[in-house]
Amino acid sequence: MMVQGSPKGDATGLPTAAEAFAELVERMRGAVAFDARFVGIYSGGAWLAERLAAAIPGSHPLGYIDVSFYRDDYARKGLKPEVRATSLPFEIEGASIVLIDDVLYTGRSVRAAINELFDYGRPARVELAVLVDRGGRELPIEATYFGARLVVARDLSVVLTRAADGSLVLGAEPSAEFRDA
Amino acid sequence: MRNPQLNANGELTHLLTLEGLPADVVRHILDTAVPFASISERDVKKVPLLRGRSVFNLFFENSTRTRTTFEIAAKRLSADVINLNIGASSTTKGETLLDTVDNLVAMSADMFVVRHSQSGAPHLIASHLDRTGRTHVHVVNAGDGRHAHPTQGLLDLFTIRHYKRDFHGLTVAIVGDILHSRVARSLIHGLTTLGTPEVRAIGPQTLLPAAVASLGVRVFNDMRAGLSGCDVIVMLRLQSERMKGALLPSAGEYFKYYGLTPEKLALAKPDVIVMHPGPMNRGVEIDSAVADGTHSVILRQVTFGIAIRMAVMSIVAGN
Repeated sequence: MMVQGSPKGDATGLPTAAEAFAELVERMRGAVAFDARFVGIYSGGAWLAERLAAAIPGSHPLGYIDVSFYRDDYARKGLKPEVRATSLPFEIEGASIVLIDDVLYTGRSVRAAINELFDYGRPARVELAVLVDRGGRELPIEATYFGARLVVARDLSVVLTRAADGSLVLGAEPSAEFRDA
Repeated sequence: MRNPQLNANGELTHLLTLEGLPADVVRHILDTAVPFASISERDVKKVPLLRGRSVFNLFFENSTRTRTTFEIAAKRLSADVINLNIGASSTTKGETLLDTVDNLVAMSADMFVVRHSQSGAPHLIASHLDRTGRTHVHVVNAGDGRHAHPTQGLLDLFTIRHYKRDFHGLTVAIVGDILHSRVARSLIHGLTTLGTPEVRAIGPQTLLPAAVASLGVRVFNDMRAGLSGCDVIVMLRLQSERMKGALLPSAGEYFKYYGLTPEKLALAKPDVIVMHPGPMNRGVEIDSAVADGTHSVILRQVTFGIAIRMAVMSIVAGN
């Protein structure tokens, strides 16, 4: 599926957040460990982790990672304006972890999240669940579970936002990198 | 003229003083220190942000605690730290301050943490680096003369916000040798910037600067009147040199009038917190029963000081 370069959120081929979420739940159900810890990457991954913990059978304690201190673009971009505290209120050593993010693109955020995770301990297994895998990887990282998989033009960012009523909205907008250029 | 601490985009590139620093910059530092505080509670107390960078601690004046907390902060950011006690080396051989700096930049310094007995020394270094086009090298003031000690001011603000949530509606008393205190000066600027409605300066007339009221503070010579209804009490260290300078009769006399005892503490609000930048003189400015009591957050300040210094270093080095 190819999403073309419409700068609006109605890019053809992009599923709604609800559709992609239902697909993701379908793929994870029965496949993730009953006691897997769900770790959301701020911000979109954190919203998804909470919803997945409620939707997937089993007992899934929640954790959150802000990858700001582990990003590889600090030297170019500095610290981002808002950094939240990583919170992993359970033992990482020997645990089964599912990292959760909204959009999988270059793979750099996931690399940073895995590095941070290992500063807390040695998990038995780390899986990756994403709402949208949009291609364009720059690292050898793949999702274990995805809600939608599509190819998106490089000048577009796929973004998950949370509406005032708490519902999630999936959209596409011109990428900041291309906008600034 | 542009604020020498900010780059063309208004981002913090050196930290020299809290005076004139915009409120959103101060809040950004305090907010960033929150996640850094949780790094210090992990088994692996280290993040890779400043990996490969070299931080030089340039201490022209001794301070074990401040130097140590800057060193720990830099190491927790994965920087390489080089400590220089300059008093004992180059300057005694006649080298100028800026020549020392240029030599260290030639050794690939990325950041200077500067403590100096002369007010303005960190500012001089920062403007020298900017003027000579070396904007990738950053300066953090670790205390200069009687001028400023911004990271101490920030960790005080962080501690107050941690316990009191907000600055609106607070009454904060600073007690002691305000005249010679860069700690007091930085804290007063920070409190005012963040909208603290009432800041009080309490001390004997000889230890209050003549113009202290112009900083927007209420002045009290009577400690009991000044402590009444306070949410936060910041005790300052009484330096023994002050006694020699005939500004004060004796340590015992000082304690009688300006030492914080449980009896005087009872005049403040029931949930008052007591702070002190350290090192404390027990029995001079503070009674042991207060220093070790339930209202004291003095050791928490030390812990928070590391998170604040991590936040400052990672913000300036990224801009």
